[in-house]
Amino acid sequence: MTPSLMAATARRVLQQIRRDRRTVALLMVMPLVILSLLKFMFTDIPVPPGADPTFDSFGPRLMALLPMLLMFVVTSVTTLRERISGTLERLMASPLRKADLVLGYALAFGLIAIVQAGLILAFSLSVLNLNFAGNMWLLGVIIVLDAILGTVLGLAASSLARTEFQAVQMMPAVILPQVLIAGLFLPRDAMPAVLEWVSALLPLSYAIDGINSLAAGDNNVWSEVGVLIAFIVGALVLAVVTLRRRTA
Amino acid sequence: MAAKRQEPAIAIRDLRVIRGSRKVIQDISINISHGSLVGLLGPSGSGKTTLMRAIVGAQIIAGGSVTVLGKTAGSPELRSDVGYVTQSPSVYADLTAHENLQYFAQLAGVGNAEIKSVLKTVDLHDIADRPVMNLSGGQRSRVSLAAALLGTPEVLILDEPTVGLDPVLRKDLWDVFRSLVKGGATLLVSSHVMDEAQRCDRLIMMREGEILAHSTLPALLKKTKTKDVEGAFLALATTVDTSRSEEKR
Ligand SMILES: Nc1ncnc2c1ncn2[C@@H]1O[C@H](COP(=O)(O)OP(=O)(O)O)[C@@H](O)[C@H]1O
Ligand SMILES: [Mg+2]
Repeated sequence: MTPSLMAATARRVLQQIRRDRRTVALLMVMPLVILSLLKFMFTDIPVPPGADPTFDSFGPRLMALLPMLLMFVVTSVTTLRERISGTLERLMASPLRKADLVLGYALAFGLIAIVQAGLILAFSLSVLNLNFAGNMWLLGVIIVLDAILGTVLGLAASSLARTEFQAVQMMPAVILPQVLIAGLFLPRDAMPAVLEWVSALLPLSYAIDGINSLAAGDNNVWSEVGVLIAFIVGALVLAVVTLRRRTA
Repeated sequence: MAAKRQEPAIAIRDLRVIRGSRKVIQDISINISHGSLVGLLGPSGSGKTTLMRAIVGAQIIAGGSVTVLGKTAGSPELRSDVGYVTQSPSVYADLTAHENLQYFAQLAGVGNAEIKSVLKTVDLHDIADRPVMNLSGGQRSRVSLAAALLGTPEVLILDEPTVGLDPVLRKDLWDVFRSLVKGGATLLVSSHVMDEAQRCDRLIMMREGEILAHSTLPALLKKTKTKDVEGAFLALATTVDTSRSEEKR
């Protein structure tokens, strides 16, 4: 690995994103719009005495899903463009190492993730009056890790893909199962045992577990954070190893 | 250096490439010597791009070997010595020419002076601050070429670099290629425009994944008793086809 080449790659990716207003809006504004919609959606639902208002329990969990989903899509599209434009082939014939490329991308999107998480939390607290019992910093950590996870899964998926079409197919294949069974709609332990096992293999499950535990006032989420980091490292390794310099 | 010069810059032995289920390159062997400007001519689909990809180490090969500067094609040590310009411009369309070159210069380990110099070489310094997506096709392919010139690689593989350029610019670029060769570089330049052949030291003619000829233009015209490259190609292709059909009989 060559840190200067990794930094150069991250800088170039950020330059591209900055130039692309729509992608910036998608990453920074879209989560706020969706969270506002969620809040609005629940306004007429009566809250049983003693229970949390629905937005307060649902909102934080959605904060785990949205960054991951958006970062996954944006990363996949950016790397897909790299493939279609032929720049990937050029980079693979250059002195750039595979790890420099993958980590450069991860670094660029990791920085974006921190800004994104900051915006989401600030907006939820100040505008949407979110009531969250747990530690806000830890919630922020989980959201950032989750967004980085979306990026590295996107990198791994596009490295694995051998064709442009495969790269597009990876998007729903990686994300949709997690949306359904990672505990967003139904607590994982309330699902049939088989689904509960499957969900244990999905990284989003641990983000949502962590957020649920924070919301319940339990700040001991280090095991969930550890699992998220392990998934991130695993996906990075997968992305580097499966990227091919030679193609058919 | 002298010892190194004696072996070919690019040595291809019994190369076979299969893409999809088609044999795209069939048992090709060629040597390209140091400091020469070699034209790779052939109709579209004849395997020029595939052969070039094999030389830069981007192509999975089914058999044979490709050696560049004494090392197996695609070796890590070669990546700063071999420049490659893909057939369609491979640059970031949303960045400016200058930003593109800044990134590729960092990869090549060269600085701003070199960026300035390659921008001049390809005559782009006036429009270097425009996003590449707002440039014409010919301008884009020159940005792509400029990126490959950074760091003055010893071997340059250029896939149809002059397609769609106006004749004046085409002449300028061939002058650039010639000066690079004078500076010691080895260039392999593909084209499906047969009249660019005059500009090359040697020609490789390809058809359907096979080499029809590898020689100088005068020798080729003499051997085929033709007046131009187009005629020579036709004559060679006909000879191959006739001997094939005789073999079958
Ligand atoms: N990615 C690919 N998969 C399968 N076949 C390919 C691919 N790319 C090119 N080919 C085939 O390989 C042959 C040679 O192509 P190419 O090397 O691009 O020729 P040229 O550059 O001379 O036009 C063509 O018949 C083409 O259809
Ligand atoms: Mg071609």
